[in-house]
Amino acid sequence: MTAGLLIIGASYAGMQVADAARAKGYAGPITLLGDEAAAPYQRPPLSKGLLLGKQTPEGLTIRAPAYFDEQRITLRLQVRAESIDRAARRITLHNGEVLAYEWLVLATGARSRPLAVPGADLPGVYGLRSLDDALAIDAMARSARRVCVIGGGFIGLETASALRTRGLEVEVIEAGPRLLGRVVPPEISDYFARLHAEQGVQLHCGVGVEALQAGADGRVAAVVLAGGLTLACDAVVVGIGVLANDELAQAAGLPCDQGVLVDACGRTPDSRVLAAGDCARFPNPHGADPAQPLRLESIQAANDLARAAASVIAGRPEPCKAVPWFWSDQCASKLQIAGLGLPGDLRVLRGSPDEGRFSLFLLRSGRVVCVHSVNRPAEHLLARKLIESRVQASAAALADPDFALKTLLDQPGAVGPA
Amino acid sequence: MPAIHYLLQDGSTRTIDAPIGRSVMEVAILNNVRGIDAECGGCCSCATCHVYVDEAFLARLPAPDEMEEELLDGVASERRSGSRLSCQIVIDAALDGLTVQVPASQS
Repeated sequence: MTAGLLIIGASYAGMQVADAARAKGYAGPITLLGDEAAAPYQRPPLSKGLLLGKQTPEGLTIRAPAYFDEQRITLRLQVRAESIDRAARRITLHNGEVLAYEWLVLATGARSRPLAVPGADLPGVYGLRSLDDALAIDAMARSARRVCVIGGGFIGLETASALRTRGLEVEVIEAGPRLLGRVVPPEISDYFARLHAEQGVQLHCGVGVEALQAGADGRVAAVVLAGGLTLACDAVVVGIGVLANDELAQAAGLPCDQGVLVDACGRTPDSRVLAAGDCARFPNPHGADPAQPLRLESIQAANDLARAAASVIAGRPEPCKAVPWFWSDQCASKLQIAGLGLPGDLRVLRGSPDEGRFSLFLLRSGRVVCVHSVNRPAEHLLARKLIESRVQASAAALADPDFALKTLLDQPGAVGPA
Repeated sequence: MPAIHYLLQDGSTRTIDAPIGRSVMEVAILNNVRGIDAECGGCCSCATCHVYVDEAFLARLPAPDEMEEELLDGVASERRSGSRLSCQIVIDAALDGLTVQVPASQS
């Protein structure tokens, strides 16, 4: 087989590397390897529209079959890379097949972090990462009445919201002191805690899970909490974060630290091997320490680092400098986050949590560094520009609903998009 | 099935017979119509599936909700009177012949 661009992983990052490399002029063969049966699909709706019956699996397709023909991208599904021989520039698949490469991109993603308690592998315990996972939860929700969700992060809460909307009794168990504690300030945690409680979701924060217990039929029937409280249930959904799939890179001798370590162009120390997506850790100019590599689990980070990697392959490296952004839909509220905050940042509220429409601005040294917007998409889109432009803003101005945020972009200190 | 006409960036037109119930964004993606990115997968979060709806059809569409309205303020290309997010336009029989123009850029 002709050596060309070989991409391991066919989700967002893998797709984007293939697409952007072509768009930027790479003319060689491109092969995209995926280990799932489904062609590349949108994952965000798995815990949102798909569980609510608003979206169908077919509607999640990222690109139609005709696209791959038109762009001369070979998509191979249900294949798994077993090893990389960097000296010989080739990889070996699970079936023993050997593929040569000119460029190799690792877009191997992440997997659900397993719950390390007795009973975690009982039937009726679900994770949510893939389309198959989501379809299994959807099927479960047709008959289950009472579900325990372990983990009060985005996946857990979006799933809880969807299941509650479908009429199930839902309890959320979060080991940390508050919901979404790793990613949002207390004001946002409080807002979503209230929303879930109002919708009838039972929340248990600051308590760990000791064990899952089986019923007479062998399926999970109860969650035992630290302290002894036992919650009866028909099913359990576990959403306690992810682990980067970096074993292939590790085995190939590439530097890894809970993710493949790369620069802002997605480059590993091997000039022919790059990485992007959930498996990659890269330095971000918008992080607290621009030199510190971060692993950002988001569509935006996957797409932008993938485009940077593609720019290397096309011969015109352009590092990823984009402002990170995320979003989550829960209980009919849309949370959008721009930038990366730190616990010490000054927090300024604009709008009213009681009315369900507000933004929380985080300032560091007088600059807007992060904005959490609830049901304020226009402010979110503007926030990305404010952060990118590194504008100075006063807390009083940001809090004033009559102050037009757009004018901040016109001030002398604002730097244009890089 | 209603016919949807997509006016593309290169000036050409793609006409697709679209299944009822699908969004104009989904139909574009499934038929390899280029220029509609839809980075968020139809969650009404990213404003990268922006299209210009032909004036003749604007009145036949339900008005944008608050979320879409706000996101339209932040689209990458110029916002015009016909600007809509194609993930929010669900195809029904009344939309037969709908023409949407793909903007110059989505990001």
